[in-house]
Amino acid sequence: MAKSLGDIVINIEKCKGCELCIAACPMETIALSPKINQKGYHYAIKVQDNCTGCLNCELVCPEAIITVYRKIVK
Amino acid sequence: MSNLVEVPVNPEVVQDQFVVYKKPKTLTDKPLHYCPGCAHGVVHKLLMEVVDEMDIQDKIIGVAPVGCSVFAYDYMNIDMQEAAHGRACAVGTAIKRMMPDKFVFTYQGDGDLAAIGIAETIHAANRGENMLVVFINNAVYGMTSGQMAPTTLPDMVTTTTPFGRDVKTMGYPLRMSELLAQLPATYYITRQSVHNAVSVRKAKKALRQALEYQKEGKGFCMVEFVGNCPSNWRMTPLESQKFVEEKMTQYYVVGDVKVPGGK
Amino acid sequence: MGEIRLMKGNEALAEALIRVGCDGYFGYPITPQSEVIEYLSKEATNRTGMVVLQAESEVSSINMLYGAAGTGRRVVTTSSSPGISLMQEGISYIAGAELPCLVVNVMRGGPGLGTIQPSQSDYFQATKGGGHGDYHLIVLTPYNVQEMVDFVKLGFELSEKYRVPAMVLADGAMGQMMEKVELFDQIPRRTEFPEWATTGKPHDKERRIVTSLFIEPEVMEQVNLRLQAKYRQIEAEETRFQTMNLEDAEYVFTGFGLGSRIAMKAMELAREKGYKVGLIRPQTVYPFPYAIYRETAPKIKGILDIEMNSGQMVEDVRLAVGDKTRVEFYGRMGGMIADPESVLKHFEKVYLGVE
Ligand SMILES: Cc1ncc(C[n+]2csc(CCOP(=O)(O)OP(=O)(O)O)c2C)c(N)n1
Ligand code: SF4
Ligand code: SF4
Ligand code: SF4
Ligand SMILES: [Mg+2]
Repeated sequence: MAKSLGDIVINIEKCKGCELCIAACPMETIALSPKINQKGYHYAIKVQDNCTGCLNCELVCPEAIITVYRKIVK
Repeated sequence: MSNLVEVPVNPEVVQDQFVVYKKPKTLTDKPLHYCPGCAHGVVHKLLMEVVDEMDIQDKIIGVAPVGCSVFAYDYMNIDMQEAAHGRACAVGTAIKRMMPDKFVFTYQGDGDLAAIGIAETIHAANRGENMLVVFINNAVYGMTSGQMAPTTLPDMVTTTTPFGRDVKTMGYPLRMSELLAQLPATYYITRQSVHNAVSVRKAKKALRQALEYQKEGKGFCMVEFVGNCPSNWRMTPLESQKFVEEKMTQYYVVGDVKVPGGK
Repeated sequence: MGEIRLMKGNEALAEALIRVGCDGYFGYPITPQSEVIEYLSKEATNRTGMVVLQAESEVSSINMLYGAAGTGRRVVTTSSSPGISLMQEGISYIAGAELPCLVVNVMRGGPGLGTIQPSQSDYFQATKGGGHGDYHLIVLTPYNVQEMVDFVKLGFELSEKYRVPAMVLADGAMGQMMEKVELFDQIPRRTEFPEWATTGKPHDKERRIVTSLFIEPEVMEQVNLRLQAKYRQIEAEETRFQTMNLEDAEYVFTGFGLGSRIAMKAMELAREKGYKVGLIRPQTVYPFPYAIYRETAPKIKGILDIEMNSGQMVEDVRLAVGDKTRVEFYGRMGGMIADPESVLKHFEKVYLGVE
């Protein structure tokens, strides 16, 4: 069966820590970092290697800063 | 349970050939000035995705309103005009009349479109101007710090309705989509939201549909967005999404309000 | 020699709008200038493809003008005093965004709903701002039907040269009177548009933004300084006026538009009686021809300014001459028009002591 391997890259300096991506992710792949970016926001980070590339996080992100990757492996 | 250690990217997957989403190129790199979690950002993004997908960056002219999205032209890498408060539909009308072969949209808040500019809105709709109105209904005046809008829900607390909107003296929230749908010259009127991934997908389809109709010269289309304003609603972004789902969309029911051929 | 016709002022103006190659007209009916939109509705689109749109209000008209001007097209709106008042916010935006276009005010008496009869009481509004912010319009004041035509062309030319909105400041009398007029030949509508116009972002160039918003005060000040520099240049280079009989004049009659027309007739009557009266007639009231008054003042005994208002332009005349000569004013208001005989009598009374 084909399986999809996903991944995300977040442009953390533009993240405002709104957490919408975190709520939207079915895999709990994302969480807020305890660290802050230059704007002073806790930013979103990938905390599990289980992304499926479903795009939910990207869809709800108001800042359009999540790039999503998906690789289909047999 | 997630821990809080950042997991490095998987180099097997993070390769250009496997990109399934990245920021539309027609969205500039300028950081948005909107508050965290604000719907304006999502709608900007969707609109520019559609512009990219239709490959009309050189054929579309946008009209920014006065409201939080007054700087929309900083983010949308297309030719744009900034209209006086409420007058975007008049400005858009004229742009379209001067250049009928170009795409035109206005982007307006609820104060802009439904209060000060309601005459321009209704008359542009009534003339069936072949343009798209993107309407962000967040039930308050965001930019001027959260006063009552014509769309403020009954009993909703704002800075000018500190005891809640009393419909007896302050009137009822206007359902602009339903109002405009009654006009024979309007072609496609739909209400969408962007408060979760499913709704965002649908919302984007609606924007695309409206611009396709414009391409075919069908006439006036409006996509209303039940938006949020976490800052002035005094909520976290997540709470505001919940409010959209539980309260806003009760009054402003999401879905197509007028589709070609009737519904 | 262009085509000669006998025409009503409003219709001549409308004809000139077509011939000047206008791309769009946006307006809302109001007396005494509704003939303009009526004439255009009948004539324009068939002849040149010009867009003629009856807006839902003057607020809408002026904002349509903003949008259309922003596409680099030749566009115009016309109205009369109350409608022009309603447009002021939009005019200020147009000035701020530096969009060329033409606004025509066929003035009627005010304040308020006032009267539909001719008046000149919007001089302050037209020349000193009108809307908010530091800006000017280039204001042309026709005194006959011929200038209703000529100033359409000149107005667009100046407006486009400087990217400053222009106004034709006429009045109900100019709009309604019939005169012989020479029309210029049809100018084709443009097919190429300025660099700054929002016509769709070119692939290889930066996007264009039409805006009057400059939120950083440092930037806003620079914008203002640039506007002011343009206004100084306009003042230096575009001031237009007409003089008559100044060579031997002991007195000067003056006025703009309708007032100058009456002043001219009164001057003739005065000359018949042997009084050495000349005339200064500003054609632009912004920029105002201060210099001609200043130069003339030491050579004469006095100026009589005639306006159909309570004395508005006369403030500029006084500013120009200082204490170099005496300035008197004769005006009628509320739609009443001065007659040359009364002007002459007033002149004889105040300057010659004749009762
Ligand atoms: C003529 C005029 N009146 C009032 C204002 C002040 N003002 C700016 S934005 C705004 C309300 C904007 O609310 P809305 O259209 O709902 O946009 P939002 O900020 O909520 O997105 C007001 C009243 C103005 N700029 N111009
Ligand atoms: S793509 Fe889907 S699974 Fe991956 S992080 Fe985003 S929401 Fe989670
Ligand atoms: S949705 Fe976007 S801005 Fe919000 S926390 Fe996630 S990455 Fe950051
Ligand atoms: S004030 Fe409200 S509408 Fe404006 S940016 Fe902030 S959240 Fe968005
Ligand atoms: Mg709002």
